[in-house]
Amino acid sequence: MTAVELGPDERAVRETSGPVLGMVLFVASEAMFFATFFGAYFTLYSVNPSWPPAGFRLEPELAAVLTAVLVTSSGTLQLGVRAIRRDRVRAFLGWLGLTILLGVTFLGLQLYDYSTLHFGVRDGIFGSVFYVMTGLHMAHVFGGVVFLALVFLQGAGGQLSDASHDSVEAGAIYWHFVDVVWIGLFTTFYLVGLS
Amino acid sequence: MAIAEPRTEERAPEPQRRAWLVAWLTTTDHKRIGILYLLNSFAFFFVAGVFALLMRTELAEPGRQLVTTNGYNQLFTLHGTLMIFLFIFPVLVGFGNYIVPLQIGALDMAFPRINALSFWLLPVGGLTILSGLLAKGGAASAGWTSYAPVSEQGGAGQDLWIVGLAVVGTASILSGINFIVTILRLRAPGMTMTRLPVFVWSMLATSLLVVLATPVLTAGLIMLFADRRLGAFFFDPAHGGDALLWQHVFWFFGHPEVYMLILGAWGIVSEILPVFSGRPLYGYPGVILAFVLITALSFSVWAHHMFVTGQVEFPFFSATTELISVPTGVLFFNWLATLWRGRLRFEPPMLFALGFIALFLVGGVDGVWMASPAMDFAIHDTYWVVAHIHYVLFGGTVFGVMAATYYWFPKLTGRLLSRRLGQWHFWLMFAGFNLTFFPMHELGLRGMPRRVADYLPDLGWSFLNEVATAGSFVIAVSLLVFLVNVAVTLRRPRNAGPDPWQGNTLEWATSSPPPVHNFDRLPPVRSNRPVWDLRQREPAGEHA
Repeated sequence: MTAVELGPDERAVRETSGPVLGMVLFVASEAMFFATFFGAYFTLYSVNPSWPPAGFRLEPELAAVLTAVLVTSSGTLQLGVRAIRRDRVRAFLGWLGLTILLGVTFLGLQLYDYSTLHFGVRDGIFGSVFYVMTGLHMAHVFGGVVFLALVFLQGAGGQLSDASHDSVEAGAIYWHFVDVVWIGLFTTFYLVGLS
Repeated sequence: MAIAEPRTEERAPEPQRRAWLVAWLTTTDHKRIGILYLLNSFAFFFVAGVFALLMRTELAEPGRQLVTTNGYNQLFTLHGTLMIFLFIFPVLVGFGNYIVPLQIGALDMAFPRINALSFWLLPVGGLTILSGLLAKGGAASAGWTSYAPVSEQGGAGQDLWIVGLAVVGTASILSGINFIVTILRLRAPGMTMTRLPVFVWSMLATSLLVVLATPVLTAGLIMLFADRRLGAFFFDPAHGGDALLWQHVFWFFGHPEVYMLILGAWGIVSEILPVFSGRPLYGYPGVILAFVLITALSFSVWAHHMFVTGQVEFPFFSATTELISVPTGVLFFNWLATLWRGRLRFEPPMLFALGFIALFLVGGVDGVWMASPAMDFAIHDTYWVVAHIHYVLFGGTVFGVMAATYYWFPKLTGRLLSRRLGQWHFWLMFAGFNLTFFPMHELGLRGMPRRVADYLPDLGWSFLNEVATAGSFVIAVSLLVFLVNVAVTLRRPRNAGPDPWQGNTLEWATSSPPPVHNFDRLPPVRSNRPVWDLRQREPAGEHA
């Protein structure tokens, strides 16, 4: 019987690490999740005679600040990824901490934005889609902040290095995705709705 | 054995140190999780099967005898939901869990702990749905499709259905990600994608569909829940919502779902036919291409479920639906060509695989017929549709699952199921199945609507309903034979040996059942039939 012993380096394709590939697939799944809501939004847009319905204008100023905060956080996180790839753990922790701070700022500002709005989820279809879509996005930002905070603890505990930082790469993919979804929401609700 | 994957510390600890039960409850071994999947799936199969028998008993003759109309609505809702989400899909995932790592020569799944999580969420979700029976007003009763606005009404049972299904959906997304990463990254040396066993390909395609389509259902469930509990209006036309939106969202998930439920069975049958015909699978690249095409096309056909709404593009959805029958037809030709001039062995797995081909053909032809909007208008929401879905999912997938059970039982347990009882099981189930579901075609053509608890005696539906009910009890008897077979076999000694069927793929290269680490030695992989290759070389010296 001809047989081979398996050595540790003899397995097939292994360029992308498992956790990172897993996160890419998870983000693909999440993309379909949000795409469904955008599809629903434009379906509802097309079945209603006026959109947004009278009295449901959204002011884009604060939302523009929210966008700036989240886009900046993607930048700071990517600087953190660059730092850990070069094994500069302290710089990495700094950038990651800043990212988490920006994420928390986003959450706080959005809750403030909610408090200034004069309509709720029960006030017609526009209120329904607005709060459900932005609310689900907010839940994703919250989840991202928790994830990044856990990664921060890993880093502070000395468990991350240039050779081993899958959680950072995976977290960054997720965070950028959440950022892109917000850009879609901002465009859809605040910019397109204005015309 | 020197497979030094970094995750070895996540694998099951030494079993003898822990109580047997704790070891099973906390296991992260893909083989044990696979068996847990199978046990859980067959338990839900039993529950949903009892619901089916209750429905058939109620329908045996006109007039209401057994259940209230509300009770009947709950029965068909739970029957459909449990069969689809907690039996057919998870049972395929269960075989996938056990077999895929073995067939690709891996140590375990890529994420063993996520694997355990995706299993344990299933009973949680399933029992959440079932717990609706205890709620005021009973369990969900809007059908497994839960169309709005009916699903906007109803009590807590409907909410429990939504929450339970979201949990089950999340579980399947996690397992889908796990399968894809496992198949892409943990293959043994030499196991290129073009040597991947067909069953592994089918699980890869299934997993892609799960990852991309299931979140669409989750989104729909959230909209429905928001409407019901947060006061939103997604599906409420009175407040600017759109009831049809639910149908779009549901079927955008629902049609890929149909292929999630059948691709695995196609893979199983494509494994079994070559083994029991003594021939290689005819046109392996064609089979894989068909899987890939069907996976892609399945996202473009959803609105054929919505022809009668008049709000969808008939020619487009009719054409894409007809188009999908082309790669499906390719599969049939490949299967038949595999059998052609083979030395057929009619063991129970082969019987069920052949039964699958015959019955799935009927279901497939039904489907091609229904893809015509003109036809669909006549038979929409009649018993014709019930006949179609059962020919595809029972005649198709369940026969495939039974083939897999007889085929892999010796690998899982080290014991061969009785051939004689397997034959009885097959022929009873085949006869009972056709007796139950073939008449439903005719009932549908005669206008009997689905999802009704009662019908009038002078409509000409009574005799065929009696036949269908009799058939359903024949199916029940066949499953009893199966249970007896399993119970009797489990008392026998483990004497199946590593390769009782003269198999082709790597799971037959290890002992039955395999050791915790799966393989002591892996044969070289030089084709998609490594174990067959090994057998050709085994009488060493004759050739070389």
